[in-house]
Amino acid sequence: MAETVLKATRESFGEALCELAETNKDIVVFDADLAAATKTSIFQKKYPERFFDCGIAEGNMIGVAAGMAAAGKIPVAASFAMFATGRAFEQIRNSVAYPELNVKIAGSHAGISTGEDGATHQCIEDIAIMRAIPNMMVLNPADHWEMKAATKAAIAYDGPVYIRLGRLAIPSFNDPDTYEFELGKGITLHEGDDVAVIATGLVVNEALKAVRELETEGINARLINIHTIKPIDRDIIIKAARETGRIITVEEHNVIGGLADAVSEVVTATCPVKITRIGVQDRFGYSGPAWELLDNFGLTQPHIANVIRRVVGN
Amino acid sequence: MDSSEIKQLKLLANKARTGAIIGTYHAKSGHPGGSLSAADIFTYLYFKEMRVDPENPAWEDRDRFVLSKGHCCPSLYAVLSLKGFFDWDELLSLRHVGAMLQGHPDMKGTPGIDMSTGSLGQGVSAACGMALAAKLDNKDYRVYTVLGDGEVEEGQVWEAAMFASHHKLDNLVVFVDQNGLQIDGPVTEVAGIEPLDKKFEAFGFKVLKIDGHDFEQIKDALDTARTVKGMPTAILAKTVKGKGVSFMENQVGWHGVAPNKEQYAQAVFELKKQALEIKGGLD
Repeated sequence: MAETVLKATRESFGEALCELAETNKDIVVFDADLAAATKTSIFQKKYPERFFDCGIAEGNMIGVAAGMAAAGKIPVAASFAMFATGRAFEQIRNSVAYPELNVKIAGSHAGISTGEDGATHQCIEDIAIMRAIPNMMVLNPADHWEMKAATKAAIAYDGPVYIRLGRLAIPSFNDPDTYEFELGKGITLHEGDDVAVIATGLVVNEALKAVRELETEGINARLINIHTIKPIDRDIIIKAARETGRIITVEEHNVIGGLADAVSEVVTATCPVKITRIGVQDRFGYSGPAWELLDNFGLTQPHIANVIRRVVGN
Repeated sequence: MDSSEIKQLKLLANKARTGAIIGTYHAKSGHPGGSLSAADIFTYLYFKEMRVDPENPAWEDRDRFVLSKGHCCPSLYAVLSLKGFFDWDELLSLRHVGAMLQGHPDMKGTPGIDMSTGSLGQGVSAACGMALAAKLDNKDYRVYTVLGDGEVEEGQVWEAAMFASHHKLDNLVVFVDQNGLQIDGPVTEVAGIEPLDKKFEAFGFKVLKIDGHDFEQIKDALDTARTVKGMPTAILAKTVKGKGVSFMENQVGWHGVAPNKEQYAQAVFELKKQALEIKGGLD
């Protein structure tokens, strides 16, 4: 196993774009005055002629990106998840998704781990918003290596993609030597039949630590990492529901409309089992250091472990 | 342009107007008012100004057109059909289930439509993106877009205007079809957009004001736009909403209502009469 990389997925994303742009000359990048924060600045430094700062005007940025895609480019438009998917929702829906244009939308500073900026900047609805749009693929990678692979796959895929980026530096848990990424395919990180924990994004690592901790207590929890929230891997979810009979979802997002609902949509139609939803419980965040907030919201290892104990104990 | 060219254009625009009436009548819905006001601009663009190939609608080097006021597509569809992009009979199934011609332009389904539009304020941003792509690729294609004068109330129009001048998009021409009316009433009563010329000037545009039904003036403005360097051009075209159909002209109520059978017959009769008058002038 390679050394652990401590890095925010926004940075992994910026690096990946740069690497891909070396050979793919069609990649152009847009930002809305947040390049230093979303890390598209890494691309900007290397390819200034293919980088366009649109200023604080997210709606126009998405429209311009759509026009660029219509002219054959592969535009990547980045902002904070809040503004990319919130402010520009309708531009994404009507100018990108409806005509199925090849635009990649990157939403950085997603979730409450945005931290000190507080509720106005902590987007907990982006997955729900993007998932509800036809033609839209939704990606939420969990560590450095997954983000790099997901970015590569998103660029190679011809169509609209939303990719969720985090602000907080997190340790990698995947092994780059063996890691394989496939759009739409979940990854089983830990085997077990007592319960299926299905997680996405930044909290996958917390869930992984939790299921490993519980192994010593004789609880065998299966852990599935869902990096592609749409289209979701139905097979891996149905199999988990059939074999474990109970599911816990873990996400740094509102429990309405995100991973929990995506999983629930699959199992209620195929193999109904009880789903316990770990996530932001339909409330706004507040200012504070990221890890303290994640802990307060029950999204860290000890809290996840407790929920698993409770569910298995029942 | 000599007088016979102008007469040809007038006949084509007359046919485009007829097409818009046929389409909205058969659809029992749609937007005849703005379709009629912008028909001359569409006609000139596709028959005199733009480099397009109906045999190869996706031609990389073609000039692009974005109908930012997407609801006025009935007359645009008619112009595209006259140009040879698709059969005239498609107009008969406009807005029907399974039809090629959607209520608002659909670039995936309709040959000749360069951008899907309909949500106001968005098309102009896409036009900026296309113009920027041309610059990036050192291509000489030009991009044209038509906005409504109600549409400029959308904030995105001004985000796009800032973007266009900041990036010196001199290959972009923004028409405003100033027919003076929007759904809820006269633009001057609904929201104050004037002085529109000074606004576009302040946003870094070369501004030209014309009569949007006068082909000589449309031509002069577009010829001037080709000579403008380092900035985009805005052509503010004064038009008459419902132009060509007496009972629709300057009537707020004809924004988004289709003619009934009697009104359809009357409208087609009036347009036929106008065509005969234009043809008479040819002799």
